[in-house]
Amino acid sequence: MAKFFAVTIIVIAILSAIPILRHTWAAPEDISTHGSLIDEQMSETMAEAGIAFLAAQFLLAIFVWQFSNRPADAKIKSFPGGAKALVIAALLVVGIEVLALGVFGVRAWADVYLKPPSPDAMPIQVQAGQFAFYFRYPGPDGKFGPLHPEMINESTQNFFGIDQDHDQDSKDDIVTAEMAIPVNKEVHLLMHSKDLGHSFFVRELRVQQDFVPGLDVSLHFTATKIGKYEIVCTQLCGLGHYNMKAYLDVLSQQDFDDWLKKQAAAQ
Amino acid sequence: MHDMSVNTAHHHSPPTTFISKHVFSLDHKVIGKQYFALALVAAYVGMFLSWLMRIHLAWGDAPIPGLQLLSANGAPGGVMTPEYYLQLMTMHGTIMVFFVLTTAPFAAFGNFFLPIQVGAEDMPFPHFNMMSFWVTFVAFIVLMASFFVPDGPTLGGWTQYAPLNSVGPVAGPGQGLGVILWMASIGLFCVGQLLGSLNFITTTLDLRVKGMSLMRLPLTAWAWFITSCMGLTAFAVLMPACILVILDHVAGTSFFVTSGLNMGGQMLPHSGGSTLLWQHLFWFFGHPEVYIAIVPGIGIVSHILLANMRRQMLSQRTLIYSMGALAILSYMVYGHHMFVSGMNPFSALAFSFPTLVITIPATIVVLIWTFSLYGSKLRINSASLFALGFISMFVSGGVSGFFLAQPSIDIMLHATYFVVGHFHLVMAVAAMFGIFAGTYFWFPKMAGRMMNEPLGKIHFWLSFVGAYCIFMPFHYLGMAGNVRRYAAFVDDYLQPLISVHRFITVAALITGFAQLIFLYNLIHSRFWGKPATDNPWEATSLEWSTATPPPFDNFGGKHPIVYHDPYQYNVQSSVGDYVMQTSPEQVKTEREEL
Repeated sequence: MAKFFAVTIIVIAILSAIPILRHTWAAPEDISTHGSLIDEQMSETMAEAGIAFLAAQFLLAIFVWQFSNRPADAKIKSFPGGAKALVIAALLVVGIEVLALGVFGVRAWADVYLKPPSPDAMPIQVQAGQFAFYFRYPGPDGKFGPLHPEMINESTQNFFGIDQDHDQDSKDDIVTAEMAIPVNKEVHLLMHSKDLGHSFFVRELRVQQDFVPGLDVSLHFTATKIGKYEIVCTQLCGLGHYNMKAYLDVLSQQDFDDWLKKQAAAQ
Repeated sequence: MHDMSVNTAHHHSPPTTFISKHVFSLDHKVIGKQYFALALVAAYVGMFLSWLMRIHLAWGDAPIPGLQLLSANGAPGGVMTPEYYLQLMTMHGTIMVFFVLTTAPFAAFGNFFLPIQVGAEDMPFPHFNMMSFWVTFVAFIVLMASFFVPDGPTLGGWTQYAPLNSVGPVAGPGQGLGVILWMASIGLFCVGQLLGSLNFITTTLDLRVKGMSLMRLPLTAWAWFITSCMGLTAFAVLMPACILVILDHVAGTSFFVTSGLNMGGQMLPHSGGSTLLWQHLFWFFGHPEVYIAIVPGIGIVSHILLANMRRQMLSQRTLIYSMGALAILSYMVYGHHMFVSGMNPFSALAFSFPTLVITIPATIVVLIWTFSLYGSKLRINSASLFALGFISMFVSGGVSGFFLAQPSIDIMLHATYFVVGHFHLVMAVAAMFGIFAGTYFWFPKMAGRMMNEPLGKIHFWLSFVGAYCIFMPFHYLGMAGNVRRYAAFVDDYLQPLISVHRFITVAALITGFAQLIFLYNLIHSRFWGKPATDNPWEATSLEWSTATPPPFDNFGGKHPIVYHDPYQYNVQSSVGDYVMQTSPEQVKTEREEL
């Protein structure tokens, strides 16, 4: 029974590692300028956690195999180094490991959250609400008009709560249900929620950020590959949460300009 | 050292009526069994809900026969609606975290065995103890009642994030009365745990018998003591938070709702609240709660392994200090649940560091266990198998914590199935394995009969392999970006992952079936099991030095005196390779006693 337990653990440990080594269910290809740092951090952590996982399971298996159901006259032995060696090993090995992960991990986090967006980053407002995202582009004047949540009215297609009759800056604003951005151009996302907590997650962009009712949250990134990607909500927001999504089109600058003109004409 | 006179001051008379003996009992052992029974019922309800969820996730619109009988609105024609999925998911998480993982290893086993292990006749406040169970029982009934209100239970998840929890029915089914019942239930649960924690702390500090120094306490007693210290501070924060949410619903306050919110075309009549405040309050409770669930398991597994390894731990003190370090650090790490919540990004780094550091005491615990196995004479039985399984699960769930502790990686893994896999392995499955190990080990003392070993081993193998088949793939799903709390997978990129979900569902059904074997074993053994001797495992702590099952006053009118450390195995005594804590026999020990 003990030997069977040992073999089972080893088989489970190896089977668990195979899909990871083969990248069977890995994250999709990164399309952002900052994502490679996150991916590197992920790989380093996987290597360290993987070694710790396999070593711990194998040791457990070996000791159970070796030291179970021994004869009554067998002598009990103690691990030569005793507890002190283990504590020192844990402090040194795990301590250095977590310190390294913590310190190096700051780079990736800082790139997304601590570094301010460049002044010429393209601003886009995004509003989350049960169960849809809407996007607002500032138009030729480069300015967003103020928001009036009390004016939100889906029947008149005023999804954002914009007063285009009175707010000068809002007159040329463009509101869309899909998001398009130019490739290799930094985007400064200005996020707000009209009702509850939501989240903005694009796997390929390596971004995920909650919308917090009452707070203006900002996020910046640069997409490096043309294509169509899914934006999904990851913060439980009600019965339609699973279906709250939009598409992100990463276009060439020319295609993006054409798309924006078309959207402006349709307003 | 505690004086015996204080102990005897807490004596109360044996009950004389059925009600005072079995229902409103003041006896810690009966209360422990009541908690165990409540956790058992809750566990099977929670598991049943998970079956329904898993079937729905794997086969989408396929009707589940009879489901419409549970909720005509939630499952018309047996097909689960998205809102009903979320309601079942919320109830599954709530029932399991509060009424199983907190109740069984801490309140059930702790109540039954802590006073016996310290040599006391009972807890110092038996009425508080009785009240703690009955308040918890009422909390469970209140939670279950939400299944029967018009809109059903809340759909907001066990974390009940604001402002979804505070704006009322406009947010969706169950967000009115369902939320109020959830908050009332959990608020009551907190009261029960506060009363229980108070009793556990005073029992440990004040009711130890002569000779029972703190370092002579078994590791289980230490684990329950540390857990009760956490319980006293963590539940004291969650309870007022629940009350504030109820006030937001019924008194027009806006603790968790900000101004300027528009729902369904209408402006909400709230202003001035903070949605992030709820997250801070909840996780200040929520992360220690993870350790409230797992630290008793650490104690139970250590206790059982020692009896089966027939030796002392490499260092009992180190284990105690590590459990203490886990408890203290658990309050400093809670912000890792909120890396992408919109809080200050510098805070993320501040919370990340202690989260990474907490792996050090966790690693020490695992190393002490593993290297104590080295050179031991390990006995394999259902209890020790589950204890070993606990270690394996604790490691597997623990290493994924390396990822989630780092804010940069959390950008990719937050709110995905990776998190679900992580906490299920390290908190749920490991804690459940601790509960199973404890049940197989202590059942003889609690019920006076042995459990069936072959059935116990079948239960173990199906649970062990099954749990890995369920929860390891959760990590892969998360790495592929599968978002949690989705009632269906409509996104294009999720379609290829549905086959993985089907595999998990089949594994969950088989693993669930194994739990029915456990239930059969439990009930059958209770009535027809082989009668147990007083010390069937040749163990050393005080619960094994009294009769099986223990008499009303635990030691039959005697006051035990403790002469030895809790785990004096590998010695030569008149009874074998161990000496009991209460035995005055002088033996040559492996090393100096603590």
